[in-house]
Amino acid sequence: MYQYDRFDHQMVRERVAQFRGQVARRLNGELTEDEFKPLRLRNGVYLQLHAYMLRVAIPYGLLASRQLRKLAHIARRYDKGYGHFSTRQNIQYNWPRLDEVPDILAELAEVEMHTIQTSGNCIRNTTADHLAGVAVDEIEDPRPYCELVRQWSTFHPEFNWLPRKFKIAISGGAQDRAALAYHDIGLRLVKNDAGEIGFEVMVGGGLGRTPMIAKTIREFLPKQHLLSYLEAILRVYNMLGRRDNIFKARIKILVHEHGIEKIRELVEADWEATRDGALALRDEDIAGFKAFFAPPPYETLPANDSGLAQQLESDPAFARWHGNAVIAHRVPGYAAVDISLKTGVQAPGDVTDDQMDAIADLADRYSFGQIRVNHRQNLLFADVRQSDLHALWQALVDLDLATPNNGKLTDIISCPGMDFCSLATARSIPVALDLQRRFEDLDHLYDLGDLTLNISGCINACAHHHAGNIGILGVNKKGEELYQLLLGGSSRNDASIGAITGPGFAPDAIVGAVEDVLAVYLERREGPEETFLEVYRRLGDQPFKERLYG
Amino acid sequence: MDKILKDGVLIDNEWTDVTGYEALSSLPSGDIVVPLDQWLEHRADLVKRNSRLGVRLRNDEDPARLADDLGRIALVVLEFPSFGDGRALSQANLLRRRLGFEGEIRATGDVQRDQMNDMRRCGVDAFAVRPDRDALAAAEAFDDFTYSYQPTADGRLPISRIRRGDA
Ligand code: SF4
Repeated sequence: MYQYDRFDHQMVRERVAQFRGQVARRLNGELTEDEFKPLRLRNGVYLQLHAYMLRVAIPYGLLASRQLRKLAHIARRYDKGYGHFSTRQNIQYNWPRLDEVPDILAELAEVEMHTIQTSGNCIRNTTADHLAGVAVDEIEDPRPYCELVRQWSTFHPEFNWLPRKFKIAISGGAQDRAALAYHDIGLRLVKNDAGEIGFEVMVGGGLGRTPMIAKTIREFLPKQHLLSYLEAILRVYNMLGRRDNIFKARIKILVHEHGIEKIRELVEADWEATRDGALALRDEDIAGFKAFFAPPPYETLPANDSGLAQQLESDPAFARWHGNAVIAHRVPGYAAVDISLKTGVQAPGDVTDDQMDAIADLADRYSFGQIRVNHRQNLLFADVRQSDLHALWQALVDLDLATPNNGKLTDIISCPGMDFCSLATARSIPVALDLQRRFEDLDHLYDLGDLTLNISGCINACAHHHAGNIGILGVNKKGEELYQLLLGGSSRNDASIGAITGPGFAPDAIVGAVEDVLAVYLERREGPEETFLEVYRRLGDQPFKERLYG
Repeated sequence: MDKILKDGVLIDNEWTDVTGYEALSSLPSGDIVVPLDQWLEHRADLVKRNSRLGVRLRNDEDPARLADDLGRIALVVLEFPSFGDGRALSQANLLRRRLGFEGEIRATGDVQRDQMNDMRRCGVDAFAVRPDRDALAAAEAFDDFTYSYQPTADGRLPISRIRRGDA
């Protein structure tokens, strides 16, 4: 993985010193809260319902075991013993003290981590496909480009005060696993007719109040122009993006109001002037970044481990987990393993300090000391020998981290909601836990097939409720919490925005409503292979509405 | 007289802002700054003056409209209506790096310490710091960071070039 050199180290150290000064100026009254707010946000510090919240960047979701141990230490020393992984591959702490935040940042800097630009109207952490480097369908590893974008976007002076936040995602597989269509810029590594690899550039996606699917602004961008092209898009957005209304300030609105053709014209004109300038990447530059992500020292192994076959035969619980959590790997004899943080006990994405330490140890033993965070709030070991899977599974069972619900209904994405978030209109964690309890039975869960269910506690859509096959949005109507149901969303290659079924459901009725929807699915599917999303797309929403409201 | 931070020291502002152009003869003596639209309308007149000339850009005006005139202008004034509005950063960058403007670029409005380093790196070289703030203390922000990841208008070599061994 990427290793800081002296420049990167100095950058984060100086950032810590800068923020320490800003906190001191806030505490002595030199800065008003209004002035301090954008500064603390640029360091990931939010003011929530009960306390400050600190968001730490995990660039493109990649963690070394020593970094995860540091995160565990921070949870223990400065927080209440746990952390929360978000849908943007970051981790959040819910209870830090403002005066201790500079110390936390200094601790993070020791392990090449930071909170830079994890909030605020600037370029946020770049996210990536969690199977980068190991996916069977990969065209090229996106991570070297993510790191290039991370450095280019860090303290970019021209784009530090944008109309609104700005999110970039990069995916390298034939299948999109990074929800590109819902980002301000989505970059998909593609091969053109001449066999060269470059980027398809998409712009203007996003969720929130006005969900939109990103549009392709350029079919093929040669790699060397990656940064100059991003800079052109950002410049057009910085100058023309709306600043009169916070709800219309994202680039998706600019693209929507002017049309993609007009935006393309402006971006390409700006880019023409700079494409061969100082931002052009040379082959050597790209090769240097690629070297950081070279494959680990894999052993030469048979494609199918014979011991594993036996274990699968003799241990049904292991076989069940294996069938769900183990993902095919590019290299013979290896597998990727999903570690579900959807245990039904803790809030989705939550993990304790002890679990983090234990996961770090397991990563050292079984996966070259690296851990990944995916955008569904789970962790992943990317490089496990097939012959180690059984031992790893047993260790995960002991940690309560072997719930085999990857990609199933109970693998819920949920935002913190009213339990923590100051913007929330309803709770989301209790709904997630209720649903997980109701669908605990694994046979029933598997019978429902692959299904995504996302719950947001307000219209800001941090849990991407429009992009779930089933989405739940908590709203507040005249002091009552109500839950709207959305059906038909997807964040994959076939991205689509879920549609609201009708009036919302009371807290004690929303789980039943989901059950009704699934009953219709089970009755109407043409066979177990037909997924919920396929049935919904075939039938439309009518049969579901009839059951819900009829 | 208001003060301008330039090259690390506070100097008196010697420029007069002119908003309504009536006739050449009615303009004040000395160096003047006029809004872009008045500049474009009256530049043939204005260049006859025996003073330095500056142009004020609103932050939604395209600096490229000054492309042919930059040799005749000594100052471009940019506006930061609030510290969170970064449009003028792009204007500064375009003026310096795209259009090659070599005169003074002055930041006005809500100009404060925690935004000034970004301004400088985009090409602003004179700062009308908010009067209730200590301008010299604010200038300490220029030392917050030793290096830069991006090629920008302050002339510093970006880290990528230093890594290549260019410095
Ligand atoms: S969706 Fe709303 S409630 Fe949930 S985390 Fe985001 S802002 Fe808070």
